[in-house]
Amino acid sequence: MYRGEAAKVLGEAKVGDRIRVLKGERSYEGVLMPRSELGDDKHVVIKLDNGYNIGIEVTGARIERLAQAEVAKGVSFPEPEFSPEKPEITILGTGGTIASKIDYATGAVHPSFSTAEIINAVPELAQVARVRTKLLFNILSENMTPEHWKKIAREVAKELNGGAYGTVVAHGTDTMSFTAAALAFMLKNLTKPVVFVGSQRSSDRPSSDAALNLIAAAKVATSDLAEVVVVMHSTTQDTACAIHRATKVRKMHSSRRDAFKSINALPLGEVDEEVRLFGNYKKRSEGEVYADSRLEERVALFKVYPGVSPELLEYCVDRYRGIVFEGTGLGHVPESLLPAIERAREEGVAMVMTTSTLYGRVDMKVYSTGRRLLNLGVIPGEDMLPEVAYVKLMHVLGVTQNYEEVRSLMLRNLAGEITERTLANAFY
Amino acid sequence: MEGLRVGFEIHQQLATRKLFCNCESELSEEEPELKIIRRLRPTQSELGEIDRAALQEYLKGKYYEYEVPEEVSCLVEMDEEPPHNVNREAVKTALQVALLLNAQPVDEIHFMRKIVIDGSNTSGFQRTAIIAMDGYIETSQGKVRIPTICLEEEAARKIREEGSKTVYRLDRLGIPLIEISTSPDITSPEEAREVALKIGEILRATGKVKRGIGTIRQDINVSIAGGARVEIKGVQELNLIPKIIEKEAERQRKLIDIAQELKRRGVKEAQLELSPVDVSEIFASTQSKLVSRALSKGGVALAIKLPGFKGLIGGAKDEPRLGSELAQYARVKAGVGGIFHSDELPGYGISASEVEAIAEKLSLANNDAFVLVAEAREKALKAIEAVVERARYALKGVPEETRVAQSDASTRYMRPLPGAARMYPETDLAPFVVEDRLIAELRASLPELYEEKIARFVKQYNLSKELAAQVVRSPHAELFEELVAIAAKPRLVATTLIATLRELKREGYEVDRIREDSFRELFSAIAEGKLAKEAIPEVLMALSSSPERSVAEVMQKLGLEGFSEEEVRKLARKVIEERADFVRERGEGAAKPLMGVLMKELRGRVEGRVVMKILEEELRSYLKT
Repeated sequence: MYRGEAAKVLGEAKVGDRIRVLKGERSYEGVLMPRSELGDDKHVVIKLDNGYNIGIEVTGARIERLAQAEVAKGVSFPEPEFSPEKPEITILGTGGTIASKIDYATGAVHPSFSTAEIINAVPELAQVARVRTKLLFNILSENMTPEHWKKIAREVAKELNGGAYGTVVAHGTDTMSFTAAALAFMLKNLTKPVVFVGSQRSSDRPSSDAALNLIAAAKVATSDLAEVVVVMHSTTQDTACAIHRATKVRKMHSSRRDAFKSINALPLGEVDEEVRLFGNYKKRSEGEVYADSRLEERVALFKVYPGVSPELLEYCVDRYRGIVFEGTGLGHVPESLLPAIERAREEGVAMVMTTSTLYGRVDMKVYSTGRRLLNLGVIPGEDMLPEVAYVKLMHVLGVTQNYEEVRSLMLRNLAGEITERTLANAFY
Repeated sequence: MEGLRVGFEIHQQLATRKLFCNCESELSEEEPELKIIRRLRPTQSELGEIDRAALQEYLKGKYYEYEVPEEVSCLVEMDEEPPHNVNREAVKTALQVALLLNAQPVDEIHFMRKIVIDGSNTSGFQRTAIIAMDGYIETSQGKVRIPTICLEEEAARKIREEGSKTVYRLDRLGIPLIEISTSPDITSPEEAREVALKIGEILRATGKVKRGIGTIRQDINVSIAGGARVEIKGVQELNLIPKIIEKEAERQRKLIDIAQELKRRGVKEAQLELSPVDVSEIFASTQSKLVSRALSKGGVALAIKLPGFKGLIGGAKDEPRLGSELAQYARVKAGVGGIFHSDELPGYGISASEVEAIAEKLSLANNDAFVLVAEAREKALKAIEAVVERARYALKGVPEETRVAQSDASTRYMRPLPGAARMYPETDLAPFVVEDRLIAELRASLPELYEEKIARFVKQYNLSKELAAQVVRSPHAELFEELVAIAAKPRLVATTLIATLRELKREGYEVDRIREDSFRELFSAIAEGKLAKEAIPEVLMALSSSPERSVAEVMQKLGLEGFSEEEVRKLARKVIEERADFVRERGEGAAKPLMGVLMKELRGRVEGRVVMKILEEELRSYLKT
């Protein structure tokens, strides 16, 4: 990772080696640290004996290699013992900061996902369930693709059918609601809980929300629920977590612990010492879960805004089988887009309207633009979140490409994504 | 003092905005509406292990309540938003201090996370970076090295503890803090005072540091030959520093003596067993109120033998005593009010026969001592445990520890010296290259040091050295020069800013509330002859109670405002005409007596000098006609 001038001056010295940097009358001794790929190639970073890192400019510097890097001793944890009366749950790892370990020497964060490691870090989990962990992959959630959704859906179904009482999916928070919604549509005949969980503060910090979220998620995984949900802090406090329906949840803040909010719906419940479910939810039952992982990936999410270029839409019409509009207000687009929409209609591209207000229901019969769009076959997305409609359209187009069938499925509530009544207290 | 070694760790708050957000670095005295509950969980060490003791504390339910005053704290302090870019002004100030301390700035600044889980940081770590290394200052005794200068965030302010909850306020969290660590090169208590004074002056010379209680903290590290490093916190008063160091050296000396005597007596650590004996029944009808109160509340009296300690625990009141060390341990670790030891008994209502009975029950030999605790059972047991732990240290001499200074320059045990903190890079912040150009710029515009400034004030403004020094050391040095530029009366400005304000403060006026602008207005009025210098205290008194008013308003309210030159002239003519005979008789010599008459009307409203000039002119013109 050292390159250019720094690499030249370092010569044989490797990260982790104890080195001395001599520069004029100055002399610094410490352990050579890795350098961020964003850093320039003119500095070397060393950790001094007092624990601090400093960067030293290499021009005119000479490096003495004092000792080779010590090979870090691996540490093994005892296999945790679980009480046989506890239900068994599986925690599937997909990446993100919820289960990671800091390397204090280099500052790098590594995944740490063996059952023993997780129980060592969060021993309270053993009070909740017999925990089994499985790392599916380790990627940042912005790099998730529909292929990953399919893999997770299949693995979840396998675990649930294999005897797990519930599953927890640890996931990066950025796109967690997409994956959760995708599973809500793909998992058919779901009879047990599937709980997505993440953290907004990485688990290497004492203030991390990871442990509390994970414990709450494990509790929900042993509850009476048979839905896909997201469990995260309900407020900025470390007191309780909220249970959100996967098809109604959205990350609404870039950094807060309570970033996840149920939109157009109230949370399904709350977790502190125990799980409290309220409202209508699907209850745990018996039966084999089935993952229908057919997805039409040629679907676009198209944001409408003043000045949006018709060419952009023309491009989408050329390339995609489905387009979800994030329209303005009750579900509108500027007139300039109408020709492209007309062409989409002719070419059999499925179109769904949602609203950029996120809150509220689209209603395309109130104004003339809306009526024209209805006439062009744009399907009103009711009170679905744009991202949820996007995932749903992929799922629906995976099942059928017949316009009438697509329309009918998009208007039907498949996994709690459409509410029949818009409640006053669901906007807060 | 033989083998005395002293070093400092000085923490100074900067008067810039906060280090990693744009909040003001101000404290908020009102209890805010927003309060949040958080917990801090011990994290894994380098090897993936977790501190079991700390985790136990956590699992027992220790938690924190953070008060969030929204005018001075935001999501960054709440640990709900990553740190913003480091405050450049704070970095520049720290670099300036580093240069003044002859230190070498680092080429690239890397902020670190230093794990702290007492709740004082919402994140569970403190952000800190080395800014410069290898500095020094010269003292009358020689060089004192300054190995590191750090820039870090101030911790949250502890408000109170209630059982398992600790309450902090987030106003103080994130205020930039410069940490200056010296080597233990200081060899006398007086030199220590000199070092603290000098570093303090250098910090204040930047004009960018906060002043007032709590804005600078000096931790003193003291050791003597054969002793150990003891860190003393909470030193507020510069003048107490030598006394604190003397007392600490004396304490270490005494502890070394005790250890030697115990060795001579052949006392071994293994003899110090944790085997307390319940002696409650001995006190069935005791005269000791303390003991009987504890027993009547269902507590117990526990005694522990300290073999070979006889005569080594007590001592004269003003001298360091092992007894106070044992008591402080018991107080801190078990929360008991106090302990009794056999060197001070009989006493405190405990009779000779009770002491004898205890001695018998513990089968004390000649040289043995005992400690007695009367408390609820669990507390008493913990206290005895603490006493035994401390007594074991007594065999070795001086334990390394952190102590807290008292107002009488004595110190009390606070906690063991903290071990090396776990530190890892703050990955939310990019390293920050210190450009040569910036250093050159800072070097070219280094602030005048106090000594230089005092010399200049003496020369340039013709102030006495004493007054010049007072102005320079006051928070008003900059304002002083500005006001002199307005009113051109350096001595008047200086005495107003130093003496007048001090007197008014002593009389109870809140002069700190007066705005700097008011001083500018005040001295403009004086320069323009609208206000006499005699009226300054009166105006300042009024301003201190209503600082929002302008000087003009205050003058009007006090009836001090404006006699124009024309009005003075008119009044002078009237006085002359009324005493025409006297004027003709005395000629120009009438000026002085007439002045007295005039000033009766004008005192405090027009400068005497101005009145005199006008009166003389009018007198001359009257005598001509």
